[in-house]
Amino acid sequence: MTHPAAVAPTVLRPRWVVGGVVAVAVALVLGLTVGAVSLPVSGVVGELLSHLPFVGSKSSLSAPQAAIVTELRLPRVVLGLLVGALLASAGACYQGVFRNPLVDPYLLGAAAGAGLAVTVVIISVTAATGSAGLPLAAFAGALGAVGLSWFVGRAGGRRSAASLLLAGIAITSFLTAIQTYLQQRNSDTIRQVYSWILGRLTTADWGDVLLVLPYFLITAAVLLAHRRVLDVLAVGDEEAAALGVPVARTRLVLVATASMATAAAVSVSGLIAFVGIIIPHAVRLATGSSYRIIIPLSILYGAAFLALADLVARTALAPAEIPIGVVTAFVGAPFFILVLRTSPEGRA
Amino acid sequence: MKFRTSLLFALLVALCVSLGATPAGAARSEASNADRKIVSLSPTATEMLFAIGAGDQVVAVDEQSNYPTDAPVTDLSGIDVNAEAIAGYKADLVVAQDDTAKGALDALGIKLLVLPAANRLSETYAQLRKLGKATGHVDEAAAVVTKMTADLAGLRAEVPDSSSKPRTFYELDDTLYSATSKTFIGQLLRQAGFRNIADAAAEEGSGYPQLSSEYVVDANPAVIFLADTKCCGQTAATVAQRPGFDTIAAVTKGHVVTLDDDVASRWGPRVVELFRELVRANQAL
Repeated sequence: MTHPAAVAPTVLRPRWVVGGVVAVAVALVLGLTVGAVSLPVSGVVGELLSHLPFVGSKSSLSAPQAAIVTELRLPRVVLGLLVGALLASAGACYQGVFRNPLVDPYLLGAAAGAGLAVTVVIISVTAATGSAGLPLAAFAGALGAVGLSWFVGRAGGRRSAASLLLAGIAITSFLTAIQTYLQQRNSDTIRQVYSWILGRLTTADWGDVLLVLPYFLITAAVLLAHRRVLDVLAVGDEEAAALGVPVARTRLVLVATASMATAAAVSVSGLIAFVGIIIPHAVRLATGSSYRIIIPLSILYGAAFLALADLVARTALAPAEIPIGVVTAFVGAPFFILVLRTSPEGRA
Repeated sequence: MKFRTSLLFALLVALCVSLGATPAGAARSEASNADRKIVSLSPTATEMLFAIGAGDQVVAVDEQSNYPTDAPVTDLSGIDVNAEAIAGYKADLVVAQDDTAKGALDALGIKLLVLPAANRLSETYAQLRKLGKATGHVDEAAAVVTKMTADLAGLRAEVPDSSSKPRTFYELDDTLYSATSKTFIGQLLRQAGFRNIADAAAEEGSGYPQLSSEYVVDANPAVIFLADTKCCGQTAATVAQRPGFDTIAAVTKGHVVTLDDDVASRWGPRVVELFRELVRANQAL
């Protein structure tokens, strides 16, 4: 068996990393300076500097303008970066664990579980409770669904990649059926549920950032630590076992980590399609299929891609917003086809 | 051949004219309309039916019809219309917002009256009159229209006459969906003397854009209307907690007005109540 991993470069070239860092920096700068309201660039820079210790610069912006920069744009851009990194790295990890390029982060039921939990909360929301419970519900729903898939996903006494995938598909259909039923019984909430499903960063605040930051740090660390193991797993369960990798335990750790990353992203931003599948593939097509490269670059380029997509979402029709999920798919699909057609790997 | 066709046509026309013109015929249809048993699948239509005195004829209303409280609410859905369940109520007239169930209702011999969401007040009045005719309450319907028209005109006269109209943000949900002046509610806002900040967004499209929070903060509306108190649990306090919103005049000066989601989203007789709230908010500035 010849696998591309055997021939692809396995060294993380500096220029790819530099490119990724530059992309993130561009997304950050554009995200802060461009928006529905036009603010002077010097004012934005002055405002940011005034928050740094020892700089002592004075901001030239009015109070509402300052709030736009520090309380609306900055948390939104940072959240976009974090969610993009979480989804892209989770997608890359799932693709490695399941040895299947069509896998996305929502595969094991995370989207359906979160969707069901959010629908239940939206239906039962009252003036007294508000919608503050949505992130927690989405997080719990996503993890619960993946846990369920893991629990039922054994065939013939063992969990293979295929049996887990099939369990994920079954759990997704089952939970989606319940969600659709509840939604149909409570038709007045359809628009709210739908708006959540299309994904959103519109209401991002620092609370959301603080909520996902720990998950980003932990999952990124675990996935980066396992990037070599993912290369070994990519060859096959038996080969990996022969090379001394405890396959079952490693798969549990990786699936749990990627699911945690997905759940964290879903909890603050809803269901943002396509990032988790195109970013790892674009990286793979451009650089080769070693996870030693794919994992770190997916984090960087996923972050930049989502923050830039959100920039389009909030400026293209400003002051109106476009759902972020629409932008990621609309921009992402042609971009991905371009990468596919121009890459030497695309022939494979 | 041609002659026979035109003769047939002339006969048909004559028949129609004579049927329509006979006073006895008109009286009979009026009387039978007043015996009609009605199922309403639209909360607005339910409010209209009770307002024009046809409430006694209403045998069932859909699950969303929560006003007036004595409406016979059932678990019928106005979205997924189940014709068989409707037939169970032995109705001969169904009032709905769209015609998805037309085929099935036709097959059961049940008449369907479609009253879609109104885009302007004149459509509300036309729908009230239509319901009056269909239920044998023509005079009551006309009286409701007259009263609504007079009440709204009275309120319009109370709108403060200021040279610079106060800016307003009308919130449909907590992700900042709003309504432009093209919409039914947008026209009421304009008549209440407001300048709608949503008008900067999407002149094309349905008139219900989702606004950027930074735009809302920058536009600094003098009044914020919350039509998402029931759906999304929003209050003046939750709005004040949103990032950046503490700089908005409506928030700092206490002009965040909570509306009843249901009253605010229907185009029936309670539009007068809604319009009164809008005008009072302008007067309070």
